[in-house]
Amino acid sequence: MTFLQFVEGPMFYFAAAVFVLAAAWRVFGLIRMGRRPDISPPKGSASAGFIKGNLRHFVPRGMFARRTWIHFVAGYAFHIGLFVLFFFGAFHIDFIKQYLGISWTPLPRWGFILASEIAFAGLIALWVRRFSDPVMRLISDWDDHVGTWLTFLVMLTGCLALQESHDVLRGIHMLFVNIWLIYFPFSRLMHAFTFFLSRGHTGATYGRKGMNP
Amino acid sequence: MSSENKAQIAVDKFLEFTDGEVASFFEACVHCGECAEACHFYMATEDPKYTPTYKLLPMVKAYKREKAPLRSIRKLFGLLPPAVTEDELREWETLVYDSCTMCGRCTMVCPMGIDIAGTIRKMREGYAAADIVPDGLKRAVDFVKKTSSPMGITPKALLAQISHQEKETGIKIELDKQGADYMAILSAMEIMGYPEIIGAYAKIFKEAGVSWTISTKAYEATNVGVQIGSGPLAKEIVTRVVDAAEELGVKYVISPECGHAYGAIRWAGPNMVGRQFKFEVVHIIELLDQLRREGRIPAGNKDGRKMTLHDPCQIIRRGGLLKEPRSLLDDSCSDFIEMENAGLGNLCCGGGGGVSANPRAAELQNAAFGCKVDQLNEIDGLEAVVVPCANCRTVFEEGLEERDMDHLEVLGLGELVAETLKDIEQAKG
Repeated sequence: MTFLQFVEGPMFYFAAAVFVLAAAWRVFGLIRMGRRPDISPPKGSASAGFIKGNLRHFVPRGMFARRTWIHFVAGYAFHIGLFVLFFFGAFHIDFIKQYLGISWTPLPRWGFILASEIAFAGLIALWVRRFSDPVMRLISDWDDHVGTWLTFLVMLTGCLALQESHDVLRGIHMLFVNIWLIYFPFSRLMHAFTFFLSRGHTGATYGRKGMNP
Repeated sequence: MSSENKAQIAVDKFLEFTDGEVASFFEACVHCGECAEACHFYMATEDPKYTPTYKLLPMVKAYKREKAPLRSIRKLFGLLPPAVTEDELREWETLVYDSCTMCGRCTMVCPMGIDIAGTIRKMREGYAAADIVPDGLKRAVDFVKKTSSPMGITPKALLAQISHQEKETGIKIELDKQGADYMAILSAMEIMGYPEIIGAYAKIFKEAGVSWTISTKAYEATNVGVQIGSGPLAKEIVTRVVDAAEELGVKYVISPECGHAYGAIRWAGPNMVGRQFKFEVVHIIELLDQLRREGRIPAGNKDGRKMTLHDPCQIIRRGGLLKEPRSLLDDSCSDFIEMENAGLGNLCCGGGGGVSANPRAAELQNAAFGCKVDQLNEIDGLEAVVVPCANCRTVFEEGLEERDMDHLEVLGLGELVAETLKDIEQAKG
């Protein structure tokens, strides 16, 4: 078994299983903890508040723009860029087809490179801010940095593998993908799945009061 | 109580109050620090330690170590945070009590929508249980235990203030009236600092034909239990009001112009007592707005001074009464102007959440009030500010006096409405 076969075979299966099971366990664990019942007479709907709360926090209010614009621009650049290159990169679609049997139209090569550059710019800006801004420096911990670096290495090795000149480059990319998948459910990267609960709980609380802050 | 015990008692309470809601907050925070931008304590000092999410750190550590899903696997790799110690709790005490008014502005900016204010309230339960609390709040608790009032106001002192207001207005105020429709409760600050609000109630309710009373058994609305973080005390204070109201058979209890009092009885009250009340809780601002819309308290000549409105956090942002005070002000003053970011985004005065009862925090509170002063100074020719919370009002009066801004009058909303009633104007004329 070659290195590439190993990281795309047994190791990938293991990493994917850890990712799915542990992430599901963590989200299920949060839901299972429940929420204290609220018997105060409501003025509005908690359910509508759950949805409104989730939608409201996608865009920061203008009054906080002095600080939030950097995260808004860099955050969306990184997340949208990552989403596009993951779901619309030709190699990723081929990879998904190999396992799930489904495929869709990929981005042209220039589109993939553009999305990558946008994602890189966003991620680097977010990371630089993490150690250059006094507030972020104080509140950040090793998990924030490890998560950022692993994501960066996955993206970097992905770009290196783009040329398809060496199997080993593709293998290194897959190795980092696997490490990232295993690390993900134990880390703050889980915000990708927990944000809707957090926003939703607050939205529901305020929804009962007829508010949506 | 040994040091280890104190830490364990606090941690046990932290965990008790960490349900799925609080856990989702801890799991979703990405340490972006945006909440700093919304916090008046950070704005005033630019000290990163006042970043709201940072104030939660001991509770987050306890959760990750003792309750978080997958913690056993993280433990295998030595990735759990160390146990919370009493020293750490004491180090954080000023962040939890002195530099958070539980105003909830940080939630507005948080991309994850985390309710940091509500979580600080729960974190204080741990601190109160471990008896790691500011002396100022401890004194208020002692007063409540002795007299039911955080300022030690006895029924005798209340009766003296009521008697004075009866003479001022010429209106008899009926106490402990069985079967009245409404029972008014008052904040300690109103009774001692702004007793004219009692006279204002008398004028307005006489005009509107409202049947109301004040109970000599439960007149205090201020809930120190909520401020210090003691669930049992908060419940005791709410229960006293509930028992008196149900004994008198009133249909409504009127929550006064006091921020935390409203949240304590309207939103948290039934959950503390464990059942719905046999009466409705209505905020005085809601009631005045309703009476105005029903045509029962028609407005007379408007106050012509240039005025603005301070939005008390617990009544507006966290209470849900956004439109009512504005509707009343539209009828009561002719030159009303909003502050920047008015309404949901308005800045806290800096003294809520028990901060103003904590002398240790006085300097920091005054610095935070500076952010509010900046907002006021942006309005040219401002003559008065309406502050519908007695606690905020005291913070305003002291803060403005310290800055030689006494020319700016600070008013309660109820008084303004009473002063601008149509029939009162006619009587004056």
